[in-house]
Amino acid sequence: MQREGSAFSGLGVVVLKELSDHLTSVRMRVLEWLIVLVALAALYGAIQQIKETTAEDPFLFLRLFTTSREPLPSFVSFISFLVPLMAIGLGFDAVNAEYNRRTLSRILSQPIYRDALLFGKFLAGLITLAISLITLWLLVIGLGLLLIGIPPGSEEIARSFLFLLVTIIYAGVWLALALLFSIVFRSAATAALVTLGIWLFITFIWPVLAGAVAQIIAPPDPRYLALGLPTPATAQMEQILARLSPSTLFAETVVALLDPTTRSLGPIYLSQLQGAVLGAPLPLTESMLIAWPQTVGMIASSILLFVIGYVTFQRQEVRA
Amino acid sequence: MSTDIVIEAEGLTKSYGQAVAVDHISFTVGRGEIFGLLGPNGAGKTTTILMLLGLTEISGGEVRVLGFNPAREPLSVKRRVGYLPDSVGFYDQLTAADNLRYTARLIGFKKDEREKRITDALERVGLTEAADKRVGTFSRGMRQRLGLAEILMKGAQIAILDEPTTGLDPHATAELLAIIRGFKAEGVSVLLSSHLLERVQSVCDRVALFSGGRIALMGSVSELGREILGGGYVVDIEADGAGLPERLALIPGVSGVERTGIGKMRLHADRDVRPEAAAEVVAMQGRLKYLGVQEPSLDAIYTRYFESRPDAEMSMREGERDAA
Repeated sequence: MQREGSAFSGLGVVVLKELSDHLTSVRMRVLEWLIVLVALAALYGAIQQIKETTAEDPFLFLRLFTTSREPLPSFVSFISFLVPLMAIGLGFDAVNAEYNRRTLSRILSQPIYRDALLFGKFLAGLITLAISLITLWLLVIGLGLLLIGIPPGSEEIARSFLFLLVTIIYAGVWLALALLFSIVFRSAATAALVTLGIWLFITFIWPVLAGAVAQIIAPPDPRYLALGLPTPATAQMEQILARLSPSTLFAETVVALLDPTTRSLGPIYLSQLQGAVLGAPLPLTESMLIAWPQTVGMIASSILLFVIGYVTFQRQEVRA
Repeated sequence: MSTDIVIEAEGLTKSYGQAVAVDHISFTVGRGEIFGLLGPNGAGKTTTILMLLGLTEISGGEVRVLGFNPAREPLSVKRRVGYLPDSVGFYDQLTAADNLRYTARLIGFKKDEREKRITDALERVGLTEAADKRVGTFSRGMRQRLGLAEILMKGAQIAILDEPTTGLDPHATAELLAIIRGFKAEGVSVLLSSHLLERVQSVCDRVALFSGGRIALMGSVSELGREILGGGYVVDIEADGAGLPERLALIPGVSGVERTGIGKMRLHADRDVRPEAAAEVVAMQGRLKYLGVQEPSLDAIYTRYFESRPDAEMSMREGERDAA
């Protein structure tokens, strides 16, 4: 039997309320300043480096994002580090705070479904992240114009815009994860710690672990070892495992989008390179094709995480 | 189904695996009636309420709220029923009016109607002054009143109040009970739960006494009093005078006199014998210090009922002690 009414009635109201909560919260302001300051530092380093070294580069503008200058990492590395932090910061107490404030049963006794509340919270978080990231992106473009003095080409703008979209999707994955743990754990502190722990594991430990696990699953062939080459099967397994982490997916997507010379994200055979002009940039559509599976992977994982959270939330008792 | 019955539960059951929280309870609540669900904590009152609202799944039995099935038509039920949860919470960083505005938007009131309803509701519960203050600064009593304002604003036909008086001082309790009586005056049915028998006795038309997930007793307080305590009246007298007990025992209708202390006596009678008792004391030129008739109290009813079942009574007492 179909349930009565729309699952989304009240969604807009919840989104607006949550959005205004986010945008006026102290937490949000701290996170924004953190990101802006760090990004400016990275950008400054990149511009210094570009001014010193580059003579001629058709994609000079994109170098703003990827160039790093010791000791600072590049803008992209900073973003891939800070965006999850920001998403987790916005999402870790989304649902359990309602329990702890004892507002949940009162809100759910209004004529709305739980769907609207949960989806509204996710959407509001995502919009907040999108607003911050778009602002940051505009800031970077503006600063680039001012400090480099060369206007970006249309393809550069398109590529950097796609980078922005992918970053928002990446933020969505972490937001969904934070939301899931805010449903599972009644204590906000526990939820925050567990989410941060998983983030650390996935981002910093898993890539290292993936190599080790790959060697166990597909042991390297001694013939390749003798030649000092990686075994294809092992390399492939390592990549498959590493791609379970959204951080890997994001890094690969960003490389494909911001570096037009990227031809493949996996191991490549010499035969495949026949006739290729090495170092020649690919057209935008080709780069998008390369980045597409990774992007879909990220969208899929955020949907998956959200659905797990959704099912858990539907079955949860509302009494505090 | 009669139009005068707003809530109808038949064999309502909720079980968590092996544990049964609510065990085949049946009751009805009429229009404009104040119905009390009374009993110790953990007796199944809140679970019953959540099932009525469609906020938790029903394991068995039938329930109709205003003719709707809460499990299948939760939105229709929730649109017409106001709920004040146990120790209600609000968004502390928002003002009282903003908290109500959020709820009003969720219900779907248009802007003009929203503002009017909010102003009216806050006035009814005496929070007009505090409308633009943050709820974070509110006392517990004010929060409870704001919760009632939300139900008023909603224009609910049924108000379900879970432990509305718990943790309130006597003054705030009296204010709250006055507002609850106001609901009745407007024809709004009230279902309230409490573990404090004495406090709610005064407002409830009918009560259901819960014990271990079942309804042990149901009816109006005076009905239950007659049924459980017997039809008799108990009159307490404090007076002095030699031979007074013997004289009092001769009053027609008095079935027994017991001495409860120095100069204190308790009469058991089949009617209110206060006038005759007073006359006797005066006739003996004794000094009458106290004369009173015991109203049937829920506490007495509960105690008497469970005298035959020590286990149930024990759990009742423990529940009360935990709550205190």
